[in-house]
Amino acid sequence: MELLKLKNVNTWYGAVHALKNVSLHLLPGEIVTLIGANGAGKTTLLNTVSAVTPARDGDIRFAGEPIQQCEPERIVELGISQVPEGRQVFKPLTVEDNLELGAYLRFRRREPRKAIRADLEEMYTLFPRLRERRKQLAGTLSGGEQQMLAIGRALMAKPTVLLLDEPSMGLAPLVVQEIFGVIAALSRDKGVTVLLVEQNAKAALKLANRGYVLETGKVILEGVAAELLENPEVQRAYLGKDKKEIWER
Amino acid sequence: MRREWFKFALYALIVLLAPLCVNGGYLLNVLVFVGINTLLAVGLNLLLGFAGQISLGQAAFYGLGAYGSGVLTASYGWNPWLALVAAALTVGVLAFAIGFPILKLKGHYLAMATLGFGIIVFIVFNEYVDITGGPSGLPGIPNLTAAGMTFDSDLKNFYLIWAVVLTVVLLAINLVHSRIGRALRAIHDSEVAARVLGVNARLLKVQIFTCSAVISCIAGSLYAHTVTFISPASFGFHFSIELLTMVIIGGLGSIYGSCLGAALLTLLPEMLRTFQDYDIVVYGFLLVAMTMFLPGGLVQGGGLLLSQLKRLWPGRGGNNA
Repeated sequence: MELLKLKNVNTWYGAVHALKNVSLHLLPGEIVTLIGANGAGKTTLLNTVSAVTPARDGDIRFAGEPIQQCEPERIVELGISQVPEGRQVFKPLTVEDNLELGAYLRFRRREPRKAIRADLEEMYTLFPRLRERRKQLAGTLSGGEQQMLAIGRALMAKPTVLLLDEPSMGLAPLVVQEIFGVIAALSRDKGVTVLLVEQNAKAALKLANRGYVLETGKVILEGVAAELLENPEVQRAYLGKDKKEIWER
Repeated sequence: MRREWFKFALYALIVLLAPLCVNGGYLLNVLVFVGINTLLAVGLNLLLGFAGQISLGQAAFYGLGAYGSGVLTASYGWNPWLALVAAALTVGVLAFAIGFPILKLKGHYLAMATLGFGIIVFIVFNEYVDITGGPSGLPGIPNLTAAGMTFDSDLKNFYLIWAVVLTVVLLAINLVHSRIGRALRAIHDSEVAARVLGVNARLLKVQIFTCSAVISCIAGSLYAHTVTFISPASFGFHFSIELLTMVIIGGLGSIYGSCLGAALLTLLPEMLRTFQDYDIVVYGFLLVAMTMFLPGGLVQGGGLLLSQLKRLWPGRGGNNA
């Protein structure tokens, strides 16, 4: 059964119709990628799932339960964590404070400190560079480290579904590789289900099991990632292959 | 955490020894007001420095506390302690109720809304002459009593008020170092990021707004029972601005910064008396100089100074931050 399922979802920003009848699903343990150009609605889709930008109509279900009326806090509580676009780490706070904030709801539920402490250690094992910098302010980290921190912070909530918004944004290719490696490991070793929004279509499709292509708020293509990689339409529009004309003066 | 206890003990010690240095008289009376302003500044800093939400209406909550206590005791003969608690509870409920619509606003709009609230309350103090005495004020407020002792001298009031201040400071320090404090700073930095981590930003903002209002209200009650006469002029817009100045000069997001800011801005006018007619000019000049050269507030400026000194004396380690 689908872990997360969106059916005919419509989201508006005031007068702007940002998501038009979007349907999408995630099976447990999958990595699904959502690719598309700027302004296609990728971030809006993640924010709609997180209830930060609630859908106007349609049906969103998590493990069979409707979650459309939920507040963002409830979504996190249910097990869906978002790594927001542009990382959004809390710059004036230390790395460790950032990670502990990820476990905010677990502290509130009075989960044993020991368990949270153990997860913190696990994050440091996953991202050794964060351990070195645990007492440093998050704003002083490099872009790649901030991305790792943002992922670690989301994982501290122990999510079953991780929503990743452009983790490769503005990072060096080598760092992107490292981060994608971590995402693959999370899915493989911990069984975390991942919805990955990316501009870097090639890398994303190589990592993912399935993919969706979003264009001006509509899903125009979907399928197995390997097939999408071979799709001439995708190759032309997102991978820059087979350009018929080269425009240059 | 041990360092926090050390800092608090040091602060408490300075406070408790302060009356010995001024040997009674007028300055002791000023120190009582330092205490009241410290309460107000710490309350505002929780909202502004940690949660990042501005309020230009703090004087209104302060005034509601003063008038709540004043009217209930002077006109209706309530027990002062009971009046204090009743005022604090009422203001708490009021702040919670107006917090939800008001704190949806951000930045300048939030400033405008809180400003408006402050002005409305100020007008009520002036115009409900039957209850508040109007612009000519409300006299005859009794002093607080406890265990057969009446707090009628400056020294007694000093210890009473500073006991409350130290308690509030301790609670505030505890709060900002807790899970809640972290969440508040997270909201300050990015509300969206905080929400997708499961922080109920809307509720938490209202809660801290209420908390800050109740602290101001208690300060108002203490003020009323100390001076025994209140008039609307003490709770106007300019006082809200003065509180804002204390918090900013002291250092946003630092509890001891607010203590320092409140002490400085309350004592400074007294110290500047020697300049006679020019005191307000010197006062303004000092404020401008402080914001220019210590933009992070007195606390950060103090830290910078210490690190400069340490560089002058190499080899003398220690942790002063």
